[in-house]
Amino acid sequence: MTDRAVVVVRAGALTTVQDLGRVGYAHLGVPRSGALDPAAVRLVNRLVGNPENAAVLETTVDGCALRPRCAVTVAVGGAPCPVRVDGRPAAWGTAVRVPAGAVLDVGAATRGLRGYVAIGGGFEVEPVLGSRSTDLLSGLGPPPAAEETVLPLGPDTGAAAARGSVDAPPWPGPPGELVLRVRLGPRDDWFTAAALRTLVTRAYRVSSAGNRIGLRLDGPALERARHGELASEGMVLGAVQVPPDGRPVVFLADHPTTGGYPVVGVVREADLGRVAQAVPGTPVRFTPVR
Amino acid sequence: MSSAAPRALRVGERALLVELACGEATEAFHAELLRRRAAGALPGVREIVPAARTVLLDGVADPERLAAELSGWEVGPLPARVGGAIGIPVRYDGPDLAEVAALWGVSVEAAVRIHTAAEFRVAFCGFAPGFGYLTGLDERYGVPRRATPRTAVPAGSVALAGPYTGVYPRSSPGGWQLIGATDAVLWDTGREPAALLTPGTRVRFTVEGAAAGGGR
Repeated sequence: MTDRAVVVVRAGALTTVQDLGRVGYAHLGVPRSGALDPAAVRLVNRLVGNPENAAVLETTVDGCALRPRCAVTVAVGGAPCPVRVDGRPAAWGTAVRVPAGAVLDVGAATRGLRGYVAIGGGFEVEPVLGSRSTDLLSGLGPPPAAEETVLPLGPDTGAAAARGSVDAPPWPGPPGELVLRVRLGPRDDWFTAAALRTLVTRAYRVSSAGNRIGLRLDGPALERARHGELASEGMVLGAVQVPPDGRPVVFLADHPTTGGYPVVGVVREADLGRVAQAVPGTPVRFTPVR
Repeated sequence: MSSAAPRALRVGERALLVELACGEATEAFHAELLRRRAAGALPGVREIVPAARTVLLDGVADPERLAAELSGWEVGPLPARVGGAIGIPVRYDGPDLAEVAALWGVSVEAAVRIHTAAEFRVAFCGFAPGFGYLTGLDERYGVPRRATPRTAVPAGSVALAGPYTGVYPRSSPGGWQLIGATDAVLWDTGREPAALLTPGTRVRFTVEGAAAGGGR
């Protein structure tokens, strides 16, 4: 019997279903969510012949293991890692056939943080507001994978000819140093001139306290020029929000849609994929752009 | 309302934060943006997020140009109040009700009368899906957040903080003052829209079980 589903054998530290997110509901308090490294998602989907926004699994640090109930085409991308099928080494960053009942093991990242597992047909969990993404801030979408979680797959309509031949390298290289282009504002006037200089000249490091909501940073605190409370206002992806402790937080996919701490600047969206792969301790530099 | 022109601040590459003079001007400007988007005048804009004194537009192709344009916009009045406010029946028995009444300097019964007499409007959403910030209480009834937030506020709690009333769509930590509870379903992804309280919605709170009088 063909049962188009996979069973989670090993869930890993944090494995969630992600697509390209839930756009258009921020006014209801719904975060965009979606994969933290969207370029990696597009690529693994293309490798298995899926539409680029098909749902994939996003793993964190130590991968996961899956047992498909039917033969499937799989591609593992994002952070490089060893891939095994029933214990035998298999290729990373390209389409791999996994027989029904075999165990696909996505190993721990050798560099970077977040791996992406695409399967032909995509993970067909119930969409919520147009997306299958797990949103850890507001609890929308499926809960994070656990052992024995069964994830349904869609019909595999991918063109077999397209598989394995794509037009982009599978990995742009993990960041040894994160250089984040930041455009100051809208609340840079809430900070002292010295704080603004600090932001773009001093070194920060990726803190281990980060998550899908935000990249937390260790480094010099930013001093406010204005005190008191800012009325809640809308927040965007990449916003560099500064809580009362002065340490900037870069908002990622599951960020709250409104907030009351001032945003000193906004990081270019194109730079956020590398943020998703930056391990704790990675040096971070903000460079101002107009 | 058009005394102070809206001021647009750049937010990254593709967003604008438009600042307005007051809450009423913010609601009118938000309504104007929705009208213009419905008419196809804001192509590419994927999010319009109203807040207390601002409206965020995300997905703006040419923020510089839109920023220059919108300061000259003729902002229409708030949409006419057609139809009734939605009624939310409340059991006014929250753990902070007596404290709120004391802050207001009135009896508990009078506090409930004040809350049920006001007509509220959802100024904006945030904090959690379906959580609306409702304005409508007179300024003097503002209350501070609790000094120590509760780790779990039950779903359906009706609560106050600052000038706002809100209803917790699901159980979550929270620092607002709890004055009551409702069985109304605030958030249901199987419904369109999923949120009962969307920006602009008018709301009246009624005493659960009391004879309907002015709720609709």
